[in-house]
Amino acid sequence: MRVSEEEVRRVAELARLAFSEAELRQLAGEFNRILEAFAKLNEVDTTGVPPTAHVLKVKNRFRADQVRPSLPRAEALGNANAVKDGSFVAPLIME
Amino acid sequence: MKFEAVIGLEVHAELSTASKIFCACATKYGAEANTQTCPVCLGLPGTLPVLNEKAVEYCIRAGLALNCRIADFSKLDRKNYFYPDLPKAYQISQYDLPLCRDGFLTLASGKRIGITRIHIEEDAGKLMHSPEGEGFSLVDYNRAGVPLIEIVTAPDLATPEEAVEFLEKLRRILIYLGISDCKMEEGSLRCDANISLKPAGAETLGTKTELKNINSFKALGRALAYEIERQAELLAEGKTVKQETRKWEEAKQRTLSLRSKEDTQDYRYFPDPDLVPVELDQAYVAAIAASLPELPEAKKRRLIEEYKLPEYDADLLTGSRHLADFFEAVLKDYCNPKAASNFIMGELFRLMGEEGLAPEALALNPAHLADILRRIDQGELSVSQGKKVFEKAFRTGASPAEIIAAEGLRQISDEASLRTVVTQVLAAHPQSVNDYLNGKTKVAQFLTGQVMRETKGQANPQLIKELLEEELAKLRP
Amino acid sequence: MELCDLTLHEIKDLFAQKEVLPSLVMASVVKRIEEVEEKLGAYLALDLEAAMAAARAADERIKAGRALGPLDGIPVAIKDNLCQAGRESTCASRILQGFVPPYTATAVQKLLEQGALVPGRTNMDEFAMGSSTENSAFKPAKNPWDPERVPGGSSGGSAAAVAAGEAIAALGSDTGGSIRQPAAFCGVTGLKPTYGLVSRYGLVAFASSFDQIGPLAKDAEDCALMLAAIAGYDPLDSTSVRNGQVDYPKELEREVAGRTIGLPREYFGEGLDPEVRRLIMAAVAHLEELGVRVVELSLKLTEYALPVYYLISSAEASSNLARYDGIRYGRAAAGREDLAAYYTRTRAEGFGPEVKRRIMLGTYALSAGYYEAYYQKAQQVRTLICREFEEAFRVVDAIVTPTSPTLPFRLGERLADPLAMYLSDVCTVPVNIAGLPAVSVPCGFAQGLPVGMQIIGRPFAEATILNLAHQYQKVTVHHRARPYGRRRGEQNEV
Repeated sequence: MRVSEEEVRRVAELARLAFSEAELRQLAGEFNRILEAFAKLNEVDTTGVPPTAHVLKVKNRFRADQVRPSLPRAEALGNANAVKDGSFVAPLIME
Repeated sequence: MKFEAVIGLEVHAELSTASKIFCACATKYGAEANTQTCPVCLGLPGTLPVLNEKAVEYCIRAGLALNCRIADFSKLDRKNYFYPDLPKAYQISQYDLPLCRDGFLTLASGKRIGITRIHIEEDAGKLMHSPEGEGFSLVDYNRAGVPLIEIVTAPDLATPEEAVEFLEKLRRILIYLGISDCKMEEGSLRCDANISLKPAGAETLGTKTELKNINSFKALGRALAYEIERQAELLAEGKTVKQETRKWEEAKQRTLSLRSKEDTQDYRYFPDPDLVPVELDQAYVAAIAASLPELPEAKKRRLIEEYKLPEYDADLLTGSRHLADFFEAVLKDYCNPKAASNFIMGELFRLMGEEGLAPEALALNPAHLADILRRIDQGELSVSQGKKVFEKAFRTGASPAEIIAAEGLRQISDEASLRTVVTQVLAAHPQSVNDYLNGKTKVAQFLTGQVMRETKGQANPQLIKELLEEELAKLRP
Repeated sequence: MELCDLTLHEIKDLFAQKEVLPSLVMASVVKRIEEVEEKLGAYLALDLEAAMAAARAADERIKAGRALGPLDGIPVAIKDNLCQAGRESTCASRILQGFVPPYTATAVQKLLEQGALVPGRTNMDEFAMGSSTENSAFKPAKNPWDPERVPGGSSGGSAAAVAAGEAIAALGSDTGGSIRQPAAFCGVTGLKPTYGLVSRYGLVAFASSFDQIGPLAKDAEDCALMLAAIAGYDPLDSTSVRNGQVDYPKELEREVAGRTIGLPREYFGEGLDPEVRRLIMAAVAHLEELGVRVVELSLKLTEYALPVYYLISSAEASSNLARYDGIRYGRAAAGREDLAAYYTRTRAEGFGPEVKRRIMLGTYALSAGYYEAYYQKAQQVRTLICREFEEAFRVVDAIVTPTSPTLPFRLGERLADPLAMYLSDVCTVPVNIAGLPAVSVPCGFAQGLPVGMQIIGRPFAEATILNLAHQYQKVTVHHRARPYGRRRGEQNEV
């Protein structure tokens, strides 16, 4: 299965990453080499084999419905680049 | 050509847990922005989710009440997409193994509407749109991580009326279960609708549109009606319906294209490795089933059968589990169901309306209402006095006995003393007596009023009427 | 000999005898940092004043005979992907520059509560993606045995710091070998615990189903002391496990005679440096002399481990790293007019090339149409790999392999070829796939460079593999070699 530059561009868009044309070409090349090497997985017969859900077969981890104090607002906002009126500033949403 | 509509709903209800689904922050509505957040629900690097067991229990309650199969193995998945209200850039939800599936809800007509699935997921934060011209938006993450259930119906609904009835019934059930307060205006109940048209009787489905931004029951009905008309027009003109998401614009009462299918996101669902599978044993599910309250439909049937109430009364009373409970509590101390129902639907509803009080917030002691109704029946209070006492009890919480004593509100049913008042009134109003005797029987009302005035409104009106007639008869020449 | 070249347990004993105080050890560490740090780049941030102040407080406890435990007053370096309240925690990424978490990782918190001193936060490959620490956005770390060579990665800073005496022990994280491979490259002992034994809360996620925190230290006994300090169930991590408390230090002294270890054929085949093979076989011979039974075995699915690991870890990473958008924390690109463009710019500017490559690979493996072929297939093969290990552990108590098939490579040597770099992890990733514990133990030098032996155990059998490692170290000296401040009368066995 060859991955085209176009496909790499689509994936970049999905991942919210941007690459120059040269980088895209290189990435497509790397993708193809990596995926080619990884294609050997198809040699393994996995008919009826369940995908691993959790390596240790742990299940049912719950917490009780109890409220604990939240962060003070100043701390919650403390790492934000921009803050206004107690809120985080985000890019302009048109919708 | 005649078309039939095919409608399915996706309903989101916020669960009324005390804490969020994956962290211990409070879920209270209306708190100041970003005061109910922590490293986990802000999606800070290195933080991990731990599932709130109440969220699972509540979802199963909903599933059982809606006749679903409860999964014995379930898991949580990540739904990946970028949006500023989504702190981790993925929503923890359930993809292929929801907690509940294959249920149904029955409409009044007897038609069963399939419930395809119910799953748990986390809510996103709230985006506040750009202050005019400032070129940015603001985000409040208080709501991020509030637990939701998403209920997906089969495309079994055929009319906007059915859709509205379904949603109303569903809402009533969720409130009865005590798992959500379902306030559409606060966003704790949200509904998207899928709708397509097909020629009447046809098997194949048409192209559907998804309707968003439906903020009330009325809007649901109107948005669907609008969309049916819009799609029918397109099809009648030989045009095609575009598969797209459309937004209901309340102000303009129309739907508007939001995005087409080509822009549909690739959510890249995969099992969330930070959470472990949920495997429910039958005993656990059985214990939840045993703890379910009587549901609205069953309660309504029972009120009709047990108390011989008209369907109309039973329907109104079971509109809220709290109200129905109140009604039954009144009947513990009072044995005329219809009278109690009348009083609740009349006086109580009026006062609650005036106060804007939800049934859940009703603090009135049902024994007080029973007491008032009994006193009216025994003639101790007139109906209007009863209403007065009731209003006082409603507003102050005082007992009827206290109110009656404080206000001196006792009905005079003592015949001898009332007859004295009646004869005095007749003596003081010879003209009216004359008029009455000359056939103007209407003046009886005036005379009754005078007796009432003399007794400060405490006379038993029925008795006044009888005594007046007797005394006037004596004066006939 | 300098104090900073001693082991944790030696220093602990000196404290107990009140012959030395924490501030003296800390001063020795500071001095060493001043001497070598510029050359090695083991740290991204130093916090020496605070550590010194903490040392003086520890002095008082030691003097009063009220030590908080074996770690009280011990300088322990922290990998930069473990959150520490009030300390910039960057994961060696530009995108997290300036991020100061308001909370502390559970493992770090436990160390602090037991009196450990934190001299600073160590260098690493960006978001722990890499095998050389060259992917650090800020500077590469160097191998203290040969600064022209890489210290391994991604916990290269932690390994270099411990080897060089810039810390007595360190915390690292291991997703596909990130503790063991740098431990091997730097000649220290590094333990990756069973998945779930140490809470991941506060460890910035790379691949959630593989990530595990563990110690890098000077020998197995130090690792046991560190593990005892950080292991345990944490209600903040759903994947952490309730495991009966094990006294790891005590278990070190068990007899190993009668234990069985397996040598899997597939780890000794093509691509294994002959010198590495020679040293591993010599170490195995040492174990045999201790009465350990050695059997050969086959783990046929080993060749599929790399694709399974890279597909799943990249898929998880693509999702884990999606949150870096500059809104709540971290660096943001300028301009907020267009949502999609803002995201793309912020992430394109903030992430380095290897991180982007993995996000791309992972996004692809999860995207519509490829999920079944890549992600799901990999998870199915993962199930089979787990079963294969289970089978093997019916026969053996531990599995012994090289930690890395090659000696530490030169800086820049593998940067141009991602696949070649991925091959560095070929011996370590199967362990993460199955969630098993494994320790890398120094087993000699080739061309003046350290070589590590990997001992893999059953789930939660840390005591068993540390026991083997410790008994081996009791009869060998490789773990005692130091790149600086050699002990008088001791020679590195080169």
